[in-house]
Amino acid sequence: MSQKKKSLLTWGILGAVLVAGILTGRCAPSAPKGAKKSPAGASDMAVAAQKTYVAPGDLDEYYFFASGGHSGQIYVYGVPSMRHLSTIPVYTPYPATGYGFDDESKAMLGGFTWGDVHHPSLSETNGDYDGRWLFVNDMNARIARVDLRDFKTKQILGPLPNISGNHGSAFVTPNSEYAMMASRFSIPIPKGTAAGVDKYATDYKGVVCAVKIEPKTGEMSMAWQIVTPPFNWDLGDAGKKASDGWMFWTCYNSERATGKLEVTASQKDRDYIAAVDWKAAEKAAAEGKGDMIGGVKVIDPKKVPGIIYLMPCGKSPHGVDVSPDGKYIIGSGKLQGVTTAFNFEKIQTAIKNKDFTGDEDGIPVLKYESIKDAEIPVGLGPLHTQFGPNGEAYTSLFVDSAIAKWKLGTWEVIDKIPMSYSIGHLTAAEGDTVNPDGKYLIGLNKLSHGRHLSVGPSQPESSQLVDITEEKMKLLYDAFTEPEPHYAQLIHRDKVKPIEVYPKEENKHPLAIWDVKDAGVTRKGNEVLAKVVLVRSTITPEFIEVQQGDIVKVAMTNIEQTTDELHGFGLLDYNINIVVDPGETKVVTFKADKPGVYPYYCTNFCSALHQEMQGYLIVKPKS
Amino acid sequence: MNTFLEKEARFLDQPLGLGPRGFLLLATICLLGVYFFPLWNLTMFAPQYQEGLRMDIYSYKLEGGNKGQDIKEINVLNHYIGMKDIEVSDFTEFKWIPFVVGIIGLLFLRAAVFGKMAHLLDVLVLYVYFGLFSLWSFGFKMYSYGHNLAPTASVKIDPFMPPMFGYKKLANFEVYSYPKFGSYALAAAAVLLLLACWLGWKDWRKAGARAA
Repeated sequence: MSQKKKSLLTWGILGAVLVAGILTGRCAPSAPKGAKKSPAGASDMAVAAQKTYVAPGDLDEYYFFASGGHSGQIYVYGVPSMRHLSTIPVYTPYPATGYGFDDESKAMLGGFTWGDVHHPSLSETNGDYDGRWLFVNDMNARIARVDLRDFKTKQILGPLPNISGNHGSAFVTPNSEYAMMASRFSIPIPKGTAAGVDKYATDYKGVVCAVKIEPKTGEMSMAWQIVTPPFNWDLGDAGKKASDGWMFWTCYNSERATGKLEVTASQKDRDYIAAVDWKAAEKAAAEGKGDMIGGVKVIDPKKVPGIIYLMPCGKSPHGVDVSPDGKYIIGSGKLQGVTTAFNFEKIQTAIKNKDFTGDEDGIPVLKYESIKDAEIPVGLGPLHTQFGPNGEAYTSLFVDSAIAKWKLGTWEVIDKIPMSYSIGHLTAAEGDTVNPDGKYLIGLNKLSHGRHLSVGPSQPESSQLVDITEEKMKLLYDAFTEPEPHYAQLIHRDKVKPIEVYPKEENKHPLAIWDVKDAGVTRKGNEVLAKVVLVRSTITPEFIEVQQGDIVKVAMTNIEQTTDELHGFGLLDYNINIVVDPGETKVVTFKADKPGVYPYYCTNFCSALHQEMQGYLIVKPKS
Repeated sequence: MNTFLEKEARFLDQPLGLGPRGFLLLATICLLGVYFFPLWNLTMFAPQYQEGLRMDIYSYKLEGGNKGQDIKEINVLNHYIGMKDIEVSDFTEFKWIPFVVGIIGLLFLRAAVFGKMAHLLDVLVLYVYFGLFSLWSFGFKMYSYGHNLAPTASVKIDPFMPPMFGYKKLANFEVYSYPKFGSYALAAAAVLLLLACWLGWKDWRKAGARAA
C-alpha cells in the first residue's frame, strides 16, 4: 500500500468517525425514553373525563380517607371526583373546627401540637369495612379513633409505654378485636431509660403491641406487648380468613446496626417479616404471663415460645399485605425487583415441623424456601400491594415509579402503569378487605413536580386515580392531596352513615341549655360560669362581666337542629376559637388575666345577620 | 203559599230510604279521617332548602317535616321578620275542632237512625257552616301571622297573606299550600250528604208522583 493511499484511508476513517460522532452527539435526547407523553387520544380523554366527572350536586361513590402524615390530620376526598370534602383533625389543633381549643379536645391532644399519621385503618366486621370507626397511628406512640358517625376524633390513646416511633399501626384485625402498634425506633425500655448506642444490640428493644377495641363503643385500651430484638418494625397487616388470628410486621435493620443506617442496615441479604400469633399472645397475657415493664404487660418470646416467628424476606422490606382469602402474605425488599408471595399454610407447616434456620434472641427463624410460593417479577422497588375482586394484585414500585398488576396463584404480571412520580402506598376500593371492590385504585405519590401550577418549593404530593375495571389499567385523574398521604382507605359511600346534626335528645352534657332564658353568668368564688346559647343570630348572653384573675368557664350550646348551622365563638386577644355544631355543647376554660373589653363573635358564617352575632367580655381590673 | 209550606212540611217529614241513610253512615266514616290525617299542608322551598320545609296541620296538632325540625326552622326564619312563633298552644282550633267533628258525627248517626229529611238537612246546614267557619278560621290565622309582625323586627317587610290554596312567592321562598287527606275526607262527607239529599229529593218526587 502506497503512502498516499494509507494517508487517504486514515483521513477517511477519521472523517467517518467524526461524522458518526457529530451525528450521534447531536442526537442526545432532551428527555428519557418514554417521557414524551404519548398524546392521549381524544376519546381516551373523554372517557377519563366522563368517569371522573361528578356533576354539580351529584355525589361521589367512595370516601377516600387519606392520612395527612406530619400534618397530623385525616383528609377526606370523594372518589372519583377527587374533590376534598373535609378535614378531620386528629393530632393537631385545627382552628377551622375549633379542634384543640375547647377543654375536651385540648385535653385529648395532651399538650402535643402535632402528630405523624401514616396508616388509617377502618374498623372491620368479618374482614369487611363496617363504616363505624377509623383508627390512625401517630409516630409519638399514640393511636386515635375517629367516629364515622360524626367524623370526629373521639379518643387518643397514649403515648403508650415502651413504644417508640409507632409506624406499624393501626392495622385492625378482621373483627376489630385489636388495633396494632409497633416501635420503628428501638429504645431502651421502659421509656426514660438512658443507654449509649454502643449497647444498641443488647439494651435497645423493639416492641410490638396490641390495643384492645371495645366492640360496642370502640374505646381503646392497652392490651399486651411483645418485646423483640432491636429491629426497626416498619409496616403491618392483620391476617384474615385463612390466616385470621395472625399479625404480620416487616422490619429493616435486622443487623441491629446504628449510625449511618442506609449503609449499616443494608448489609444482610434478608430482613424479616414477623408472624405473630395474636390469639396465642392474647391467651398468654390472659394467663398472666409476661413481665410488667413501664406499667404494662410485656411478653418475652424467650420465656413464652410459640407466639412469634420470623419469616426471612428480601432486604429492607417495607409493606406486607395479606391477600383477601388470607392465604398469601406479600412482602418484598424495597430495593428488589421481585415481590415474594409467602404461603400461610406452608408457614404453619414449617412451624409445626420446626423447619427453622436459627433464631433471633429466642425467636425462631423460618426457612425461606419452605414458606415462599413465588417470587413475582413486578419491577424495581416494590413497596405495597392491594387487591382486586378476582385475584388481581397491584404492587406499587417506588424505584420504577409505576404500579404492576399481577395475578395471585398464576403469579403472572399482566400490566404496568407509570405513576407521576415515585409512588409510595396505593389504595384500592376496599382493596385490603376480604371483599375488594375493584373499580378504583389510587397511587399515593411522593413527588408531583411539573404536573401542577407551580406553588413554590413546598410542593404538594400527588394522588393519581386509576381505573382498574378492565384488563389494562388506565390513568383517570391527577389530584394534589394535602401533605402527606402515606396509606389511605377507600370505602363505598353506602357503608358510611353520618349524622348531620347532633340530636338534642342525645346531648347529655351537664352544662347544656336549650332556651335563651337559661343563659346567663353565675359566680362561685373566683370561678365564673357562663352558660351560653348560640342560635341564629344571637350569642346569649350578649355581655359577660368578670373580674381580672377570674377563672372563666364558657359552656356554649348550639341549640340549632338544622344541617349546616354551625356557630363559632371567637374571643379576641384571648386566643380562643370554638366552633359548635348544631346540637353540640362545648366548654372552654381560661383565666381572665387581661383587663379590658374583648369582643366575642360568631366565627362560622351562619345567617344574613351573622355579623350582628357578637358580644363583649368585660374584664374589670383588680382594684 | 200554604200549599208550599205544607209541601215543605211534608218534605221535611219524609222518611229517608236506605240509600240516604247509607250515605249518612259513609259520611260519618269520612269524618273519622280528621282524627288520623292532616287537613292541610304548607311546603316552602328556597335555594337553601331544596328538600323543602314542611308543615302538616291536623285537626288537633301541627307536625313539622324532618321529625318536627321544620317548624323550628320556620320559626327561626320568621323571627327575623318579627313573626310570632308558630306554636301549638296558640291554636284554640285544636281543642274545639275534634270535639265539634265528634258532635257532627253523632248528629249524622242520629239523622241516619231517626231517618227524616229534616234531620238530614239539619246536619247538612250545620256541616256547611262548620266547614266555612273552619276555613275562615284557618284563613284568619294565616292572616294574623302575616300581619302581626313585631315593629322591632330586624328585617322589615310589608304585612302579607300567606297562600291558603296554591302557590305564592314570598321573598326567597316558594310557598305551596294545599289541603291534605283529612280535608278531602271532610269534602267527601259533604258530597255524600249532598248525594243523600238528592236521593231523598228523588224519592220524595217519586212518592209525590205516586200520591198524585
